[in-house]
Amino acid sequence: MNILRYRYVLQQETLPTSPSRDSVRTAVGETHSSSQIAVEQARELGLLGDNILGSSFSFDVDIARGGGAFVCGEETALMAAIEGKRAMPTTRPPFPSTKGLWGKPTAINNVETLAHVPKIIRDGPDKFAEVGSEKSKGTKVFCLTGAIQNSGAVEVPLGTALRTLVFDIGGGPYEGRSFKAVQTGGPSGGCLSEEHLDLALDYESLQAAGSIMGSGGVVVMDNTSCTVDVAKFFLGFTTAESCGQCTPCRVGLKRMHEILDRITRGEGKLEDLELLKYMSTGIIDSSLCALGRSAPNPVLTTIKYFEDEYLAHINEKRCPAGVCDALIKGYHVDSELCKSCGICVKECPVGAITQIEPDKKALINSDTCIKCGQCYTACPFNAIKEVW
Amino acid sequence: MSVELTIDGTRVTGKKGQTILEVAQENRIHIPTLCHHSLLPTNGACRICVVDIGRKDRLEAACTTPITNDMKVETKSKRVLDARRLNLELLLSNHRADCVTCEQDGQCILQDLAYELELDLHKTAFKPQDIDKPVDDSSPAILYDPNMCVLCGRCISACNNIRHHNVLSYKNRGYDTLVIAGLGELFTDSDCVNCGECIQVCPTGALTEKPSRFMGRWKELEMTETTCPYCGVGCTLELYTKDNTIVKIKGKEDALENQGSLCVKGRFGYDWVNSPERLTTPLVRDDFGEFREATWDEALDLVAGKLAEVKDQYGARSIMGLASAKCTNEENYVFQKFFRACIGTNSVDHCARLCHAPTVAGLVKAFGSGAMTNSIQEMLDTDCFLVIGSNTTENHPVIAKYIRQAVLDRGAKLVVADPRKIGLVRDSSIWLRQRGGTDVALLNGLMNVIIEENLHDEAFIIERTENYEELKNTVEKYTPERVERITGVPADKLREAARMYAKADRASIIFSMGITQHTTGTDNVLSTANLAMLTGNVGKHGTGVNPLRGQNNVQGACDLGALPNVYSGYQSVEDPLIRRKFEEAWGAKLDERNGLTMVEAFNAVSRGDVQAMYIMGENPMVSEPDLTHVEESLKKLGFLVVQDLFLTETAQYADVVLPSCSFAEKNGTFTNTARRVQMVRKAVEPPGNSRLDWQILCEVATRMGYPLFYGSSAEIMKEIASVTPIYGGITHERLQKTGLQWPCPVFDHPGTQFLHRHKFSRGLGRFHGVEYKPAEELPDEDFPYMLTTGRLLQHFHTGTMTRRSKVLDTLVPECPIEINPADADSLGLADGDLVEVSSRRGTITGKTSVTDRSDLGTVFIPFHFAEAAANVLTNPALDPDSKIPELKVCAVRLRKP
Ligand code: SF4
Ligand code: SF4
Ligand code: SF4
Ligand code: SF4
Ligand code: SF4
Ligand code: SF4
Ligand code: FES
Repeated sequence: MNILRYRYVLQQETLPTSPSRDSVRTAVGETHSSSQIAVEQARELGLLGDNILGSSFSFDVDIARGGGAFVCGEETALMAAIEGKRAMPTTRPPFPSTKGLWGKPTAINNVETLAHVPKIIRDGPDKFAEVGSEKSKGTKVFCLTGAIQNSGAVEVPLGTALRTLVFDIGGGPYEGRSFKAVQTGGPSGGCLSEEHLDLALDYESLQAAGSIMGSGGVVVMDNTSCTVDVAKFFLGFTTAESCGQCTPCRVGLKRMHEILDRITRGEGKLEDLELLKYMSTGIIDSSLCALGRSAPNPVLTTIKYFEDEYLAHINEKRCPAGVCDALIKGYHVDSELCKSCGICVKECPVGAITQIEPDKKALINSDTCIKCGQCYTACPFNAIKEVW
Repeated sequence: MSVELTIDGTRVTGKKGQTILEVAQENRIHIPTLCHHSLLPTNGACRICVVDIGRKDRLEAACTTPITNDMKVETKSKRVLDARRLNLELLLSNHRADCVTCEQDGQCILQDLAYELELDLHKTAFKPQDIDKPVDDSSPAILYDPNMCVLCGRCISACNNIRHHNVLSYKNRGYDTLVIAGLGELFTDSDCVNCGECIQVCPTGALTEKPSRFMGRWKELEMTETTCPYCGVGCTLELYTKDNTIVKIKGKEDALENQGSLCVKGRFGYDWVNSPERLTTPLVRDDFGEFREATWDEALDLVAGKLAEVKDQYGARSIMGLASAKCTNEENYVFQKFFRACIGTNSVDHCARLCHAPTVAGLVKAFGSGAMTNSIQEMLDTDCFLVIGSNTTENHPVIAKYIRQAVLDRGAKLVVADPRKIGLVRDSSIWLRQRGGTDVALLNGLMNVIIEENLHDEAFIIERTENYEELKNTVEKYTPERVERITGVPADKLREAARMYAKADRASIIFSMGITQHTTGTDNVLSTANLAMLTGNVGKHGTGVNPLRGQNNVQGACDLGALPNVYSGYQSVEDPLIRRKFEEAWGAKLDERNGLTMVEAFNAVSRGDVQAMYIMGENPMVSEPDLTHVEESLKKLGFLVVQDLFLTETAQYADVVLPSCSFAEKNGTFTNTARRVQMVRKAVEPPGNSRLDWQILCEVATRMGYPLFYGSSAEIMKEIASVTPIYGGITHERLQKTGLQWPCPVFDHPGTQFLHRHKFSRGLGRFHGVEYKPAEELPDEDFPYMLTTGRLLQHFHTGTMTRRSKVLDTLVPECPIEINPADADSLGLADGDLVEVSSRRGTITGKTSVTDRSDLGTVFIPFHFAEAAANVLTNPALDPDSKIPELKVCAVRLRKP
């Protein structure tokens, strides 16, 4: 009897899920153990291994643990990593389906895709296709995060309007803040603006708008986010995660990042916008793998949809959202509004604020102030003002 | 299958599987490239070659994208040029563009690209930055400036995929990515073997030859294509010279044998050519016995007069001639002709006696022809190698490249049989560590298993061979268990190796001096031939019995008759018909007796039977066994002429020293180990008054009354072709285009890639039952260690050339004595300690090198170093058939001085 053997390799990879600087985290340890448990349970139940349930069908799952490189989202790099090589994408062809892992034909699937399979087998393809948009069928899990009331993983039919996701499910921005932008698809997705709120979340529409479905990440930003800073942040991530193999991605992203940094420090020039667009186009056009080919997306879309914000940084040396530290000359206390509560004095990490007798109004010593902005956010009476 | 597509509006046709770049190049459509190199796998890293194939979302790299039907390719649109220019600007934004002093100026692809794309460095948006990374100049051979690296990845691919040295890799990622050696250490601390393959392929000035720094740039250099003067691989070199000085050497990339590859000797060991120590004028002894300079006339008259005198007084057989495996075919031919026709004796020999005499003797007996049966290139198609007694990675590094490619890239099997843990052991499927001198037993054991398990090729044995019963009866006695007791190789391993070799479709035996330099040398060779015939692995592509010849032209010197029993082309001096042919061609009466071999000649000197010796380009005072005895002989000689480049250890004993020309100063041919005759071309003028070897020989002959004159070496080759059937179709004119493998009997014959195709040279292949005999001198109580000798990667033969090369001498300045860690321990020796090694014949002192390459109880000493000459210790006991001395086994004792 000819026993068929299949092997399925599950590779854990890590994806940043939120734009905030400290929340790019790896969840490898955790998911690793849950996959491990699932596989062990299946094996115990005789659902994996040789001659499953007495049939001639053999199938097994191996779990390979990744090192957490973003570029392993690129299938060829993922296979290289599993083979114990440096995680660098290789050119296709040969495609993995003809010559992949260890030189063997290889099918590469996302865990999410596989999760759909039992449903389709059980209920049939028609049932699966009942939901979704014309070209993008079925459902999709989005990871809704950022400046939003309800965050978490949500599964919705493909084609659901962005507004539904952000406002109905996510509950919209926090009290007193306003919606500004949403970034989809992970660090190399594009930033969409208010005008896209009625956009249907499917592959085609997202791509048309300059973004991607990618990892299914949806990061919501409100009026306290600076889109230039956001673009710089995402580009910083992809710059660091570039495998370093090809020129446009290795050097190009770094140079773009330097330009964005220049802009957020108020040293940008008007020509920089054209330069960024020229570089983005060249990098997208000529990079070897999808990492480089998508990394400029956040920059291109923010320039497209939030050009004013760039211009404010360049022309007026001002960060409208008050995020870019370097542009803020300092803070002062509006003595009219100050109620002498003393909260800012406690918040200041360097002791730059004193309360002066007799009315005990707060006063900021601009020599010691490090422009951290803590008093600005802490003051309950909006008495602390930025100085541009 | 043909594929039609459009490139820049022109309809072109390509073949399925071709890339856009290949088709464009065939149609003379220029697409600029940087990381692509025709000899390396493509990685698509630089993205300079991008073209538009009509996809909105991206461009594609022409070097990696296969063509498809009706594809429309734009190679020069604005979109394409923008991306190309951006990538180039980006590269230059992280590049130290020091073209004013860069070695690569004029040959730099980056420079060419900047010119082609009309880049204005002062107007680009990016200023160069991060270009102060430390330069690695630790190696004497390689200069690595990461600030000039464009991370094309060629060097990494060359080091890992082509040479399988696995030294180079990337460090860090993203913008901080760097090419590093080893784990990011200095080149000298890494495993780099200085083959220079990485330099060869580097498109920029990032990796360059350190000794060439500031010696001359591309536009000042003249290129001469020639053949490497070291080992028998016969790599084709591009010799770059300026003002009569060799500045650098590159491997010729479209050369069949090496495809651009070289080893450290071929690439860096050239500076001795321009050494101030070169002899520039003849030397004779003055009244006090000291050397004084002489004119050519004086020296030549003296030589001719003295030789004539000795011949008159003691007879022609009292004169011995040593030709040279370093000299050209033409020179060796003239040398033996001079000896045979003018002096009148067949006593001509050369150092093949010390390396492959048993190969010639054994393979002639078994097959009828004493050369490597197959070609180097075929190794790529071999399925199983048996490498026995060949330290290929050090002695034939470029052949090791092909073995590794077959094994590591194609999954061919590799059985290594060697007492030392040589470089190939790392890549082997099985390593048989036999005791020194037990090869016959080992090979008989393999055959025992093959016959026992019915793995032999019955049809081949019946149709193509004779005397099988004798072999069968002999090997019957060599059961794996008995062989284990003799060789120390576990019986199961032996069985496994036998199966591996016998079951392979194409199996090839590769051997070298580990087989030949024994008193049983000819027996060993016969056993390899037995094994190959037993399994039908002769006369087929990718198979064979392949002795790797040590010196650049040891094959040629044998072919051209620098042997005491044959004229050129292995034509016996004892055969009256052949003799008559040569007598007619040369116009002289020829001696019908075989002459003396080299080692016999030195013994004859002691007895007074040899009175004079003429040595051309050999250094027996370092290469012969038992040097003390050789020295006595040289002193005792009535007259000694040495023709050489340097005042060698041997020349010190000469009465007349004649300065000759190096390989770089002459035209002629060398024949490599695979019977390929290749051109040697003059690149520089000879120093001082030195003369071509063949011209000197002609002068002496003429002065002795045998007028000998040739207009050029090409003319000599014409004469060779006319009297030597295997070289019958070879002319310099034909060789200008490409080398030719003999037999090449007529002018339109393409040469012979492998021998014994339908029929062995002797008709039927002959099996020989060969019994195991132990080595002559084995360790005992007084001399408890076994000494084995050999070569190092960085040096060559007696070191006359390599020890005068700065790079090679810096890499290995003194003689390492390799001792197993456990032995070192028990002797109280640490790495680097002085150690005294003595045998029954003498004592030398050298530095301990503690390494597990040496087995317990075994010592390895390379023989290159005159001041610690291994051959002071070795045993001159001879193989009765081929008269090779047992250089591979003798007994020694070790002492901490
Ligand atoms: S695009 Fe970036 S990640 Fe992809 S191969 Fe190029 S350098 Fe590596
Ligand atoms: S900005 Fe930070 S440092 Fe400055 S006064 Fe406010 S709390 Fe203190
Ligand atoms: S590598 Fe090329 S571009 Fe760079 S300095 Fe040298 S010659 Fe100039
Ligand atoms: S010289 Fe040879 S071994 Fe050394 S790094 Fe270069 S390619 Fe590798
Ligand atoms: S050192 Fe040379 S060959 Fe190696 S990556 Fe750099 S530029 Fe390419
Ligand atoms: S020594 Fe041998 S392997 Fe090295 S370059 Fe010369 S011919 Fe080639
Ligand atoms: S030459 Fe094609 S990518 Fe470098």
